[in-house]
Amino acid sequence: MSLQIVLNVIIAFMWMFLSETYTFPSFFTGFLIGALLLFFLRRFIPDAFYLHRVWKMIRLVFLFIKELLLSNIDIVKWVYKPKQTYNPGIFALPTDLKTNWEITILTSLISLTPGTLSVAVSHTNDVIYIHAMDIYDNEEAINAIKDSFEKAIMEVTR
Amino acid sequence: MTENMTNILILLLLVIGTFFILSATIGVLRFPDVYTRLHASTKAATLGISGIMIGAFLFLNAEFQIVSGKLILGIIFVLLTAPISAHMIGRAAHHTGVKPWGRDQEAQDEYADDYRNQK
Repeated sequence: MSLQIVLNVIIAFMWMFLSETYTFPSFFTGFLIGALLLFFLRRFIPDAFYLHRVWKMIRLVFLFIKELLLSNIDIVKWVYKPKQTYNPGIFALPTDLKTNWEITILTSLISLTPGTLSVAVSHTNDVIYIHAMDIYDNEEAINAIKDSFEKAIMEVTR
Repeated sequence: MTENMTNILILLLLVIGTFFILSATIGVLRFPDVYTRLHASTKAATLGISGIMIGAFLFLNAEFQIVSGKLILGIIFVLLTAPISAHMIGRAAHHTGVKPWGRDQEAQDEYADDYRNQK
């Protein structure tokens, strides 16, 4: 991964010196050419193609923005409903993520998605406690988080 | 023509941003306990602040030809810190013994159950 980034930057600098224009656009062209070369030579370089992982990261960011917009609309609906019919509560979400870094991202994502707010992480780092606006669709919420967020985070970090 | 369009876009972004912040405030007033209020203040406020800041960014760009990176950084920092501060406030509230509010009966609280079992 890091070897590929270094290679890519070196190719970009080489392109800059070869074309003798020391500006950002020429660096960027060099970077694109380097990425293309790495893509075609990916069979001979150790590790998977690193831009693949960058692409997954961008996908995660877009997922985050989408969920943020949805959650805002959701909470505004709750605020302006004349009759407040929600039933809040705290439920436990067992998680497969291991490192602190992954769990931090997951809790942040949970906090900014519709109807859920992370309250605590257990001492053993494998259960996240979540406060939900509506406790009835408990199982459904767990499955949704497991399917979308955990998978997306795992694709980036592993 | 295009100037008009950007003006309308800026106006829309600012109005949407203020609307979401206003809703967050009303939510804080209407909801029954700490946790539900945190829902309102973290979620609606992030989109409200993002809207206002993007509106300001476009305005500075259209009026003075300034590309203000600070405003974009501001959005990113709000998005990074809002969920973490909400998490800490919720945790602190739970540790000081605030019970989650429940309709009709006592609310389901698996965190309190597990916490008791550990002791």
